[in-house]
Amino acid sequence: MTTITASTTAATATHTASRSLRPARILLYGALALGLIATLAPFAWMFLGSVKPTGEIVAAPSAWLPRSPTLGNFGQLLSKQNFGLYFFNSTVVAASCVLGNLLFSSMAGYAFAKLDFAGKKLLFGLVLTMLIIPGVTTFVPLFVLVSNLGMSNSYLGLILPFVVTPLGVFLMRQFIRDIPDSLLEAARLDGAGEVRIFLRVVVPLCRPPLATLAILTFLAQWNNFLWPLVIAQTEDHYTLPVALALFSVGANGTNYGLLLAGAVTVVTPIVLLFLVLQKQFIQGIAHTGIK
Amino acid sequence: MARRTFVAWGFCGPFIALFATFGVWPVVSSLSMSVTDITARDIRTPFSVDFVGVSHYTALFGDPVFRRAAVNTLYFVAAGIPLTMIIALALAVALNSGIRRAKALFRVGYFAPVVTSVVAIAVVWRYLYEPDGMINSALAVIGIHGPDWLNDPHWAMPALIVMAVWRHFGIPMVIFLAGLQSVPADLLESARVDGATRWQAFRNVTLPLLRPTTLVVAVLLSIGYLQFFEEPFVMTSGGPLGSTTSISYYAYQQFGFGNYGMASAASYVLVAAIALLSFVQFRIFRAKA
Repeated sequence: MTTITASTTAATATHTASRSLRPARILLYGALALGLIATLAPFAWMFLGSVKPTGEIVAAPSAWLPRSPTLGNFGQLLSKQNFGLYFFNSTVVAASCVLGNLLFSSMAGYAFAKLDFAGKKLLFGLVLTMLIIPGVTTFVPLFVLVSNLGMSNSYLGLILPFVVTPLGVFLMRQFIRDIPDSLLEAARLDGAGEVRIFLRVVVPLCRPPLATLAILTFLAQWNNFLWPLVIAQTEDHYTLPVALALFSVGANGTNYGLLLAGAVTVVTPIVLLFLVLQKQFIQGIAHTGIK
Repeated sequence: MARRTFVAWGFCGPFIALFATFGVWPVVSSLSMSVTDITARDIRTPFSVDFVGVSHYTALFGDPVFRRAAVNTLYFVAAGIPLTMIIALALAVALNSGIRRAKALFRVGYFAPVVTSVVAIAVVWRYLYEPDGMINSALAVIGIHGPDWLNDPHWAMPALIVMAVWRHFGIPMVIFLAGLQSVPADLLESARVDGATRWQAFRNVTLPLLRPTTLVVAVLLSIGYLQFFEEPFVMTSGGPLGSTTSISYYAYQQFGFGNYGMASAASYVLVAAIALLSFVQFRIFRAKA
């Protein structure tokens, strides 16, 4: 009897709630959609602008849709501005940093999580401290160091400072710590050495954090600006953001068609990657914030 | 036992070697540079430099350009952090409040600015901020005559703040979303049964439970925003009239002039600020929890 009354009351309550919520819900969707349009408008303007001739972009009043769409801006970027090379440089730097971070961080993460050695706690404390050190603090001595090693204006100089990151080791150690010791003990009893355990047991289990780390590293390096700006002194070692920044403050500052095409070249690969892997991107960022 | 240690160092060794060389050493070296008169000319002969004590630090605070940069950085942080957090939390709450249709679209769309390069996006925003650009055209519709945003000393910083908030709110948004999902539904339900309004339930149940999440977001944002550099570099070159010069930008300028000691000192002021602000936030949120 009581159950029936309770469920009827509940049903009535839900019913009235959903009816009274309707205008509120429409308002909510409307506000969210408006916000989304405002958030994405700069992207739309960038992509549409990149296929307009410069005259059309600066014309007032400016129109959103191109009247005479052209790929000329992109052609000029490739033929006259060497953006093909910068694209290649960005890819080499980002990919090398991803590989280095995956390899060295998973190895060190395993040692920090499951092996014993002197100074482990102190070292890991140092890793945590380094997470809050701003990039601007290290770039001057890093520049001096890399110059003294004869690696300024080289791929090695661009890559080496980011081939390991404290964040990578932190992420891997947190994940590997949760792998049950019994699993590793079983492998040890079967006569496997540490290298074999790492390669056959640990690494296969680490796919999720490795994917997160790969994405975060690629994102950070593809968009990295300060270090490549300092260390790449000649055009042949520019990465895309450096080339675009120098190009936009230089004499070409008024050529909006080329600038927008350049911006599209920098943004498109990472946006495509994001659209394909959006779940991992968002979860990866959320994880680094929560743990 | 010795073998086990050997193996552990084998796993850790490559990381430690690289981390020590390119991570820890520069941090230590930066601190020691900040108390010497090292300049670009000493780059190959580090032993020719002299100890100058804290004179760079006193010089920094005597330099009106640096004081301006410090004030600008605080302005950016003080306005940027609350603005980012409010927008992020509002969107997270909206996305979490029974929205089913197009939820993924909203989440992905709102997150998109996070993955873009500031340099590329600056190209677009510089145009949006032109005196007769998109933003002023939109303002004209409601009868407001907008300023020449990036060339007006009063408006350049607000313009950069808006752009930075646009680029960064996605990260706190997803962190808040994760936090909201861990708020027990029955707790909110019982608050409603006790007669609490939606706002009261949010204020008295959800917000207190979000405190750890809020702490994480606040600390992450302060670390990020105190380093404010790329936007003024690409958008305004620190101008007009130094109105967007930040501490990081100042350090970069000193590096450009070859004053490595001054650049390092300025960057250590930033380290101190980050450490202090993180500490204060931990104290505040811990005390309340």
